[in-house]
Amino acid sequence: MSPELVLAATSTGEAITFWVLGPLATIAAVMMVTARNAVHAALFLAAVMLSLAGLYAAQDAPFLAAVQVIVYTGAILMLFLFVLMLVGVDSSDSLVETLRGQRLAAFCVGLGFAALITGAVVGGVLQDDGTVASVGLDAANEEGNVVGIARLLFTDYLFAFELTSAMLITAALGATVLAHKERTEPAVTQRDLARRRFSGGGSPIAPPGPGVFAGRNSTATPALLPDGSEAPTSVSPVLAVEPYQAPSEGPSAVRGAIEPTPQEEP
Amino acid sequence: MNESYYLILAALLFTIGALGVVLRRNAILVFMSVELMLNSVNLTLVTFSRINGDLEGQVMAFFVMVVAAAEVVVGLAIIMSIFRSRRSASIDDVNLLKY
Repeated sequence: MSPELVLAATSTGEAITFWVLGPLATIAAVMMVTARNAVHAALFLAAVMLSLAGLYAAQDAPFLAAVQVIVYTGAILMLFLFVLMLVGVDSSDSLVETLRGQRLAAFCVGLGFAALITGAVVGGVLQDDGTVASVGLDAANEEGNVVGIARLLFTDYLFAFELTSAMLITAALGATVLAHKERTEPAVTQRDLARRRFSGGGSPIAPPGPGVFAGRNSTATPALLPDGSEAPTSVSPVLAVEPYQAPSEGPSAVRGAIEPTPQEEP
Repeated sequence: MNESYYLILAALLFTIGALGVVLRRNAILVFMSVELMLNSVNLTLVTFSRINGDLEGQVMAFFVMVVAAAEVVVGLAIIMSIFRSRRSASIDDVNLLKY
């Protein structure tokens, strides 16, 4: 660090980048916190992370921008979506307040908190004339950003860097142990399944498939029995059973009635 | 504009993440909000690195990312195992340690 501070003014392009990505990140973050569906929240979080990657790139940190995209949006967010799919998408919580006034109180405290940390962080760098005495990374990035970071990482921070490898292995092992399910009963074989099916516990035949092409393209559409009623076993219980809606072109097109073909006059 | 705008944005994102932690009751959403807070702090570190003309802030942000990756793996595994035993991802249901 040089003792004399060189004022590195931000360029117009950077201002445009900031004013596009900054509001985008803020709006996406608000949407993430208020989203009812957890998958939507994950996608909004992806938007925030990609915007932040853009802001890193604008701030002379191309390595971190790449790592942000690869590690956060690529790995961590996919892990989130994976667990969401395992836990079940319908586990999104209701937005009903259990504590009365909690949301309003949290909002007020949040405003104060934002003002406080903004004051603390910005007040630390802002000078009396309203500018920031920024040195800029041109000197530090002289050999390239990646080289500069590598130089630090493998000299001053080598021990911490090696420790992270131990931490990652511990985390991987811990996750394996936590996610491992001990089998408490013997595995169900084909023979057991067949016996269960024929001993009165269930249907000996496979359940009917959904009425996918009967009017709509969704597997949540129940199949229709020959008498026109819906077959309840044809839809997976995981899916919400949609009530059957007859398409506008008339029920005969769906229910498989054979239209009388016009006989050509000889 | 100057670099302090990034710091204001980061403070805003941090607050939104904190509000998410306080207000949401789905454990996965709480976790996502924690990730948002970590991300906003990374933005602060990168901005400080630029203001000071020193790459150590970026190295710090890099370490935060590594720790966040490990933390997410373990946290999601815990959520999975809680969900497996209690069939719920709501943090209001996990109050057994109180008694």
